Amino acid sequence: MLNIDSLEKGLVIDHIKAGKSMSIYQFLNLDKLDCSVAIIKNAKSKKMGKKDIIKIDDKVDLNLDVLGFIDPDITVNIIENGKIVEKKRLNLPLKIYDVLKCKNPRCITSVEYGLPHIFELVDPKLGIYRCIYCEQEYKA
Amino acid sequence: MKYLIDPMDLTTQEVRGILQLAHEIMEDPKKYAHKCEGKKLATLFFEPSTRTRLSFEAAMLELGGSVIGFSSADSSSAAKGENVADTVRVVQCYADIIVMRHPKEGSAKAAAMNLEIPFINAGDGGHQHPTQTLTDLLSIESIKGRLDHLSIGLCGDLMFGRTVHSLIRAMMRYQDIKFTLISPEELHLPNYLLKEMKQNGVPYVETRQLEGAIDNLDILYMTRVQKERFFNEADYLRLRDSCILDSKKLSSARPDMIILHPLPRVNEIPNEIDKDPRACYFKQVLYGKYVRMALILTMLGESEC
Repeated sequence: MLNIDSLEKGLVIDHIKAGKSMSIYQFLNLDKLDCSVAIIKNAKSKKMGKKDIIKIDDKVDLNLDVLGFIDPDITVNIIENGKIVEKKRLNLPLKIYDVLKCKNPRCITSVEYGLPHIFELVDPKLGIYRCIYCEQEYKA
Repeated sequence: MKYLIDPMDLTTQEVRGILQLAHEIMEDPKKYAHKCEGKKLATLFFEPSTRTRLSFEAAMLELGGSVIGFSSADSSSAAKGENVADTVRVVQCYADIIVMRHPKEGSAKAAAMNLEIPFINAGDGGHQHPTQTLTDLLSIESIKGRLDHLSIGLCGDLMFGRTVHSLIRAMMRYQDIKFTLISPEELHLPNYLLKEMKQNGVPYVETRQLEGAIDNLDILYMTRVQKERFFNEADYLRLRDSCILDSKKLSSARPDMIILHPLPRVNEIPNEIDKDPRACYFKQVLYGKYVRMALILTMLGESEC
């Protein structure tokens, strides 16, 4: 079993699908943090068989919208004084900003600098997002 | 109403109000000849257009207003690398209302996000063209006398044809509308619109040929295969001739069917069809001017007489 006791104050991103931790590390820009960050790959899980975990040794502000988009089954545990004080469950965010880039070569975002890339959730059941500008669809 | 980007920005009540005002202007244009005195319309056309730009300009001039603007990206600051957001922010300091056409899809949304004055999308790439939709609605209502209980055939480039996309969304809101979608496989209607029709319970059939598809239509809406939407000339040439309406095909259509086309046409409607009483595409151009007059008045809040 994994032990979080060693983390006094920080965040544990748990129940990441095995193999997805590195993409989450990149999406969240965790390489820019000063604190310790541990990536645990292929940890045993009763629920998932195998899972990845990321431990962050500080209470940083995470863009949960991004996490919810990548995988809404992920949980985020907030640790204080060595204990889990909050378990955050994620949902598919209604809007995501500057995470996806529209793949439509005719979209204004392909040429306009400084324009935020925004996608709106249009079908929560199927996880389908649509570019707010050109309406190109993207599946989460 | 501040922005018109997509025909669905307008409620059916707002559409009704604009069409009603357009009918009133058609009946007595002189009554509206000075309604926009002292107001300026900016026409920002980043890609070529004859009828849409001139239609807006004629509409504003007939309302007593004036017009500023440019008719190609080369003659604007876009040639220096300025983005759309900055261009419209600058222009709003000079005008009371902006009309913009741009080749990129979603450019209208990007522009409107940065504006304080009324804004009308005059076509954003292959995406939306709401004033053509209002033109089409006014044409249909004026000629057919109704906007419901209609069987509508859409023919040609249904993939990149923004007029078709806008018209489908607008017509879906009226009762008992059926669509027949006539296009080559490569230019079929985008899936998101097919899905919207299904979700709204709007019946449609897809077919590849005009023959056999037009017999029971109330309206045949023709479109051109647009060269400017293709990255590849060979694909354009291959698909250009795929949906052509000729006298033989038209002979099986009902005598009260009407033929509409947003224009310009290339070869999809030969000149011989123009004399047929069912050909209404030049009347449609005139309806376009009146509906744009009604829209400008409505958006400037000048519609009360």
